Amino acid sequence: MSALLEVNNVSKAFGGVVANQDISLRVNEGEIVGVIGPNGSGKTTLFNSIVGAHPIDGGSIQFRGEELSNLRVPHIARRGLLRTFQQTRIYKQMTCVENMLISVPHQREGLLTMLSAYPQATYDEAYEILEFVGLYAKRNLRAGELSFGQQKLLEFAMALMDKPKMLLLDEPTAGINPTLINGLLDRLQHANRQLGITLLVIEHNMRVMMNLAQRIYCLAHGQLLAEGDPETVRNDHRVVDAYLGGQ
Amino acid sequence: MDNLSLLFQAPPLALQLVIEGILLGGIFALAAYGMALVWGVMNIINIVQGEWVVLGGFVALVTHNALGTPVMLGIPVAAVALFAIGWACYHTIIFRIVDRDLFTSILATFGLSILFQQLMNTVFGSDVRTLDSGLGTWHWMNNMVTVSQTKVVGFVLAGIIAVVLTLFMRNSRMGQAIRATAQNARAARILGIDTDKVYAFTYGLNAAVCGAAGAIVVMAFTIHPYQGLIYTVRSFTIVVVAGLGNLPGVIASAFGLGVAEQYAGFTLGAEYQNAFVFLLLVVILIARNLKLQRERKVLR
Amino acid sequence: MTDASISTAGGAGKAKIAGGYSTLLVLSIAAPLLFPAYVTQFTFLWILVVIALCWNIMGGEMGYNSFGNIVFFGVGMYTASVVQVGMFADVAQYTAAKGGVSLDLTVTQYLVGMGLGILAGAVLSVIVAGVLGLGMLGLRGHYFAIGTLGLGIAAGELAAGWEYIGAGSGMVPPQFPASLDRGNILYFMSFVLAIATFFALRRLYRGRFGLALNAIRDDEDKAEAMGLHTTLYKTVAWCVSAFFTAMAGAITGYVVGFIDPIYVAFAGITYGVWMVLMTVLGGKGTIWGPVIGAAVFHITQELFWTYLLGWQRVALGLLIVLIVVFFPKGIVGYVRDKFPERFGYKVDAATADAATDPALGQTAGKSGGSQ
Repeated sequence: MSALLEVNNVSKAFGGVVANQDISLRVNEGEIVGVIGPNGSGKTTLFNSIVGAHPIDGGSIQFRGEELSNLRVPHIARRGLLRTFQQTRIYKQMTCVENMLISVPHQREGLLTMLSAYPQATYDEAYEILEFVGLYAKRNLRAGELSFGQQKLLEFAMALMDKPKMLLLDEPTAGINPTLINGLLDRLQHANRQLGITLLVIEHNMRVMMNLAQRIYCLAHGQLLAEGDPETVRNDHRVVDAYLGGQ
Repeated sequence: MDNLSLLFQAPPLALQLVIEGILLGGIFALAAYGMALVWGVMNIINIVQGEWVVLGGFVALVTHNALGTPVMLGIPVAAVALFAIGWACYHTIIFRIVDRDLFTSILATFGLSILFQQLMNTVFGSDVRTLDSGLGTWHWMNNMVTVSQTKVVGFVLAGIIAVVLTLFMRNSRMGQAIRATAQNARAARILGIDTDKVYAFTYGLNAAVCGAAGAIVVMAFTIHPYQGLIYTVRSFTIVVVAGLGNLPGVIASAFGLGVAEQYAGFTLGAEYQNAFVFLLLVVILIARNLKLQRERKVLR
Repeated sequence: MTDASISTAGGAGKAKIAGGYSTLLVLSIAAPLLFPAYVTQFTFLWILVVIALCWNIMGGEMGYNSFGNIVFFGVGMYTASVVQVGMFADVAQYTAAKGGVSLDLTVTQYLVGMGLGILAGAVLSVIVAGVLGLGMLGLRGHYFAIGTLGLGIAAGELAAGWEYIGAGSGMVPPQFPASLDRGNILYFMSFVLAIATFFALRRLYRGRFGLALNAIRDDEDKAEAMGLHTTLYKTVAWCVSAFFTAMAGAITGYVVGFIDPIYVAFAGITYGVWMVLMTVLGGKGTIWGPVIGAAVFHITQELFWTYLLGWQRVALGLLIVLIVVFFPKGIVGYVRDKFPERFGYKVDAATADAATDPALGQTAGKSGGSQ
C-alpha cells in the first residue's frame, strides 16, 4: 500500500493563534483513517490546509506524489481530492438531481463542454447514486427543502459523483438522527470497499470512529497527540486527558 | 497632464491642492462615518447617503432664503430635519430590509436615492446652488495660495461634529446601546435593548450627520440634485479602505481621498475629476481583492 | 432553472407551448402594423426585454448583481455609430460638427455600415467584458455590485470627456435613409434581437452552463471545492451578457437618434437600473421572468409618462423601492413558489421503495416540501 496522502510537519497560525503545529500524518491508498480530538484542536484547519483553502505556514502536503501546498482549491479538487463540510454545503436552490449533475468531474472545460447537455448516462449515474443514499424520490425537489440529515446525504452523494480518489469527511454523522447513523456508516464503507475511495474522517462520535477507521490520529491544542489503531488510541491516557481536560 | 509640470514649477500650487483636499476631506469623513455606522450596526449599505447630504444642503438653503436666518444656523436645522426624515424612512421602509441580504439593501436604497434625487430635482430645480456665508478669503504666498474662510470654518465645524459624535457613542446610553447592537443584535435584544429603536435612531443619526455635512457643503462649495451619488461612492470608498470600526482611519482616508481628487482634477482636468473618483473605487476594490487572493481569501 | 416541466410535458402539453409561441409571434409581427403610432414604444419593449434577459444571466442565474452592464450598452451604442461613420468619413470631424455634417450615404452604404457597426459593437463589448472581468469578477457580492456601479458611471463621465466621440455634446448617428421605413425596420431589428437572445439563452441554460452558473450563485466556494472552472464560467457569462446588451444599445442609439454619453449611452440611473428592476420584478433566475418583468415595467413606465408627467421619475424611484421591499421574488418567482409541482419540483417515488429506505420514511408522500 503506497501513501496516497502525505502530510509532513504542517503548521498554520492565524494571527497569534497557532492552529496546527508540526502535524504529520499519512493515509495509504484504500484506507479509512480517522482524526479525532476535542473542539478547537485544529482538525478542520488541517483539512482546510490539505484542500488548499488557505496557504500553510510550513511543511509539505503531497497527494499521489504531487506537492499540493502551492495549489488552489479547484486545482486540488480536480486532482481527485475532495472534502465535505462540517456545515454541509450544497446548492440549495437547485434540485437534488441538478446538484448531482453539476458535480461530475470537471477535468477539462472548454466552450464545447460548457454548452453541451448532459448525456443520459450521466443522468443514470446520478439517479443510481441518489438511490444509493436514499434520495431518489426527492431528486426533483430543491435541495434547500431537504432535512438536515438528507442534505448531508446529498453532499456525500455529490462527492461520490465527482469520483474522488480520496475524500475528506468533516464530521459526517454530526447532527444526524442516531437511528440513521448505521445507514450512513454502511454507505461510507461501501464507498471505500466497493468504489475504492480512500477516506480521511474527522469524527466526534466514538462508536462510529471505532467501527469505521483502521487507524486514528488524535489532535489536541494544534498538535499531534497520538496515533495508532483505534483500540490503542482510545485507551491512550493522553487522549483521555485531552478530552476530559486533565493535564 | 501638462499641468503636472506646473506643480513642480510652483510648489505653492501643490500646497493649495493639499489644503483644498483636506478641507473637502473633512466633509467626506462625516458622510463616511455615517455610512460605516449604518453598515456596521444594521448591515445596510446606504446608497441614498449622498442624497441625504444634498438634501441637507437644500434644507439649509431654503431656511436661509425663506426665513433670513443666519447661514450657520442652517447646520443644526439641516441636522434636525434630516434626522426626522431618516427616522421616518426607517419606520416606513428601512426596517423591512434590515434582516435581508445586502443586495436587497443596495437596490432598495438605490431606489430611494433615485426617488429623492428626482424629488429634489422637481421641487428645487436643477440649477447648481450655493449659499453665501459672508466670510472672506485668505491670501497667502503672494496670492498663490487662497483659502476660503468658509471652508475652514466648515472644516472646524465638521471636526466639532465628529468629536461630539465620538463622545456620544462612547458615553451616552444610546451610544452604548448602538455599539452593543452592532456587535451582537440578538444578545442586545436579550439584554433588554430595543433594537428597533436603536436602528431607527442610528439611521436618523446617520441622516443628521449627512444633513449637517450638506449644510456645510452648500456654503463652502455648491450643491445640485444629482450630486448625491458621488458622495455615496466617496463614502463607500473611504469605508472600504478604512474598515468599519476605525474612526481615525476614516478621517485619514477621507483626507487622502480629498487630496487625491484635487490632484486628479488639476492634472487630468476638471471634467475627469468625477470619473477619477468612481474609477478609484474600482481600483481600490481590485487591489484589495488581489492582495487577499494571495492568502486565498476574498473580500467579504 | 429546471426545465423539467417542459421536457416532461406530453404531446398535448408540447402543442400548447408551440401554440403559445406562435401566438406571441403573430402578435409581435402584427402590432407595429396595426398600431403604427406606437412603433417606438414597441421597439423599446424588445430592447428592455433583451437587457433584462442579459442582466438575468449575471444577477439572476449567477448571483453577480451587476450595476455596470450599462457599460456594454453604451459601448455598443457608440461603436455602432463610430464604425458606421468611420467607414465613409472622418469621425473626429463628424463629431466636431455636432450633427451639422450630413453624410449622404446610399441605402446600401447605410445598411452595411449599420450592420458592421452593430457587430463591431458586440465584439468590442465582449472584449471589454473579458478585460474588465479579470479584475471585477474576483469581487463578490456587494463589492461587485458597487464596483460595477462605479464602472458604469465612470464610463459615462469618460465618454463625456472624449472629444473623438463628441464629448459632452454627444454624437448624432448617421441620418436614416429617407426612403426606408425607419420605425418598422428598427422595430423588427429589436424584435429579432430579442428572439435571438431568448433562444440563445434558453439553449445555454439547458446544458452544463446553466447549472454551473446556478452553482456559483448558490455556493461559489463549494463549486470551487468540487473542481468547477468558476473563473471560466463567470467570464463567459459576462461576455454573453455583454454581447446582446451591446446590440440592444446599438439599436437604441438609432431609435433615439442621438447619443448622449450620460443620459442615453451610459445611462446608469435609467437603463442601468431598469435592467435590474425588470428582472427582479419578473423573477430573478427564470427565463420568462425578465421578459414578463420588462413588459410590465414598460407598460407601467408609459402610464407614468402619460399620467404623472413631471413626477414620473419620482414614481419610478418609489416603484423600485416597493418592488424590492415587497415583491423581491418577482412574478414568476412568486408563481413558482405557489405551484412548485407545475415547475417540476415534486417528490416522485417512481422506482424507489419507500418501505425499505429510511431516508424516505417521514416525508414520502408530501409534495412540494416546506421552506
